[in-house]
Amino acid sequence: MKTILRLTICLFLLNATYTSCQSKMVQIKGGEYLPLYGRDSLNVKIKDFLIDVYPATNREYVDFVKKYPKWQKSKVIKLFADESYLRAWKSDTILGENQKEKSPITQVSWFAAKEYCECQGKRLPTVDEWEYVAMANKTIPDARREEAYNQFILSWYEKPKTFNQTIGSTFKNYWNVYDLHGLVWEWTIDFNSVLVSGESRKDVDTDNNLFCGSAAVNATDLMNYAAFMRYAIRGSLKAKYTMKNLGFRCVKDIKK
Amino acid sequence: MKTLKYLLLLVVTATLLVSCDKKTSKETDKVAYQCPMKCEGDKVYSEKGNCPVCEMKLRPTSKVATKVLSSFISEESIFNLTTKWNTQDGKEIELKELKGKTLVMVMIYTTCKAACPRLTADMRNIEDKIPADLKNEVEFILVSIDPVNDTPEKLKAFAKENFLEGPQWTLLQGTESGVREFANVLAVKYKQISPLDFSHSNIISVFNPGGELVHQQEGLGVDNKETIKKIIETINTH
Repeated sequence: MKTILRLTICLFLLNATYTSCQSKMVQIKGGEYLPLYGRDSLNVKIKDFLIDVYPATNREYVDFVKKYPKWQKSKVIKLFADESYLRAWKSDTILGENQKEKSPITQVSWFAAKEYCECQGKRLPTVDEWEYVAMANKTIPDARREEAYNQFILSWYEKPKTFNQTIGSTFKNYWNVYDLHGLVWEWTIDFNSVLVSGESRKDVDTDNNLFCGSAAVNATDLMNYAAFMRYAIRGSLKAKYTMKNLGFRCVKDIKK
Repeated sequence: MKTLKYLLLLVVTATLLVSCDKKTSKETDKVAYQCPMKCEGDKVYSEKGNCPVCEMKLRPTSKVATKVLSSFISEESIFNLTTKWNTQDGKEIELKELKGKTLVMVMIYTTCKAACPRLTADMRNIEDKIPADLKNEVEFILVSIDPVNDTPEKLKAFAKENFLEGPQWTLLQGTESGVREFANVLAVKYKQISPLDFSHSNIISVFNPGGELVHQQEGLGVDNKETIKKIIETINTH
């Protein structure tokens, strides 16, 4: 009997260590917002949720692949990641020479990012959730019409190799979240859900033969060029793709 | 006593870790065996072993059976996905249980008014044109992108309405995350645009019996010729 009791305690402790190594999260107050692309150009409702303050780091990802070897670069299967998955790493569990532990993890596929979050009881954010948090600047929740905000993002898009910086090196936004702009692009759970036609190179216009409901695809605010670029890049991704400047962070629903 | 405790702890941890690994399928019991020399004519045996006449090793009879027997799954196979699905008959399955047949798959949802009826018709047309002697080697699968509303009962009713009855048709309800993952493997895009409407790309995909993607047909009401040719080719080369 005593053995069983101790065993249970051990298991609890094991579980506790699991949860303790999760990164810091903050709560986002939900609301309504008008996304660049939307559901028939209507406001989208966002529920309250928790979001990681920083993108997942190299260090955290090393811990992840140690625990789940199927995501190590020599073991990952082709269905889940392309050839450049973790290419800069020295080995399955050792970072490359120029990679900092505190830099955001990049060159990971959507499958890997999704599983990383799920293994912590979290998930990837939806495009709407991500955009909702990311439209805040330092002081206001929706800064999309602020010139300085757009200027900052666009000048970042021109800057090379920002993925080498460490987390927290950009600004803390209205929600106390860092690095949504300025470090890396981030995976979202439904990254490919906006039908900006399969591939912009291939399709001349929205193809009614290919997409049912493509009338829903309309830019509501073309002023927001930066967001337009994000939607375009997400639309060009496939889930197994990996990119040097594409990382991720996780979110969590709030249990009512 | 103390060692015992640690031993127990070790065993429990081990089982915890192993339990994620899932059992191997036991489809072998449906397989029939036959002597390769046909010493006793067409006689089949239910178990592996040697022929009582010429002592040669018995071989599985049908082509399908041989495929089922190999447990190899390639890196690009959709059978690597381990999420659970419900069929229209309420049976819980994993994709790898579909192993052994050429698979024709499409993603739909039952409340769709625009494209899905045509997509479903496309699937039916393809099924129609598969030669009778090959029908047993193909499985047609409709995966719902609306797992919340498309319960097994709804899928069953949808199958009935759309004449998708018979052993060659399977309709699947997954989890939201499982459906996303599957759609991403197929490169199918979809988004919920209202509680009952989704926009989605219209793609019919063909997989070989090992679960590797061999062909995709994009668009609605397009000429099925290429797809049918590919299905027959896939059956014949596997």
